[in-house]
Amino acid sequence: MADTQRPLSPHLQVYRWQVQMVSSILHRATGIALAVGSLLVVCGLLQLAAGESSFERFRQLIGSPVGMVLMLGWSWALFYHLCNGIRHLIQDAGFGYEIPQFVRSSWSSVIGSIVLTVAAWAWVLMAGGAA
Amino acid sequence: MNLRVGTDDVRSQLRNPMKLARGLGSAKSGVGHWWTQRVTAAALVALGIWFVVTVLCLLHADYATARAAVAKPWNALLLIAFVLTMFWHAVLGLQVVVEDYVHTRWKEVVLMVAIKFLAVLGALAGVLAVLRIALTP
Repeated sequence: MADTQRPLSPHLQVYRWQVQMVSSILHRATGIALAVGSLLVVCGLLQLAAGESSFERFRQLIGSPVGMVLMLGWSWALFYHLCNGIRHLIQDAGFGYEIPQFVRSSWSSVIGSIVLTVAAWAWVLMAGGAA
Repeated sequence: MNLRVGTDDVRSQLRNPMKLARGLGSAKSGVGHWWTQRVTAAALVALGIWFVVTVLCLLHADYATARAAVAKPWNALLLIAFVLTMFWHAVLGLQVVVEDYVHTRWKEVVLMVAIKFLAVLGALAGVLAVLRIALTP
């Protein structure tokens, strides 16, 4: 990747696996996924503005197996980035830097995002089947 | 009085050494970037939750209901705010990722310009769509 001959600092391969690392990597990964997903939001709005037939087509696409998997991934990415984003804002304010707190808040982001995703999809399925 | 403030070289250019230093620090405009990223993040906490709840409530609505919901003034306003803030925050976040992993200057610049073009187009398209829905009876 680098064309320059500068030595780079050791990267991920030298660290032992720990949850703080996962929460940080996931924040980036979900951020990139959500940036792509933002085009999906705009796509939906454009179809809604374009008229009933194009919106129904968009809806069928979302409701298809591939669309559902995408929506599941997108919703989890959003909930994770939301939970961990709030965690980062709290840390930016200067709180939660003790190692046990840091580990606990990392787990909170991961578990919180899964709980929210399950809750949202339970609501989707209970309110009358897949869209 | 001693007037020697910099090297003879700098003095011979009749320029204050500050002129050569300004804008070349490692931070550049980093603080502005950092703050904007946090402020848009705080806004997106509220707007994101609102957006998800709104979408979940409209999931099984028919076309006319969904369109009427978006056309409501408050919803249209918040939706435009959401779209603009989302793309703004996305550009700031992707910029950090690009700067961290793309170490060849021209690739970095090309990628960032492409991301910004796409984000501006996305934001404009989203705003235009909401306005069309909100302003067409």
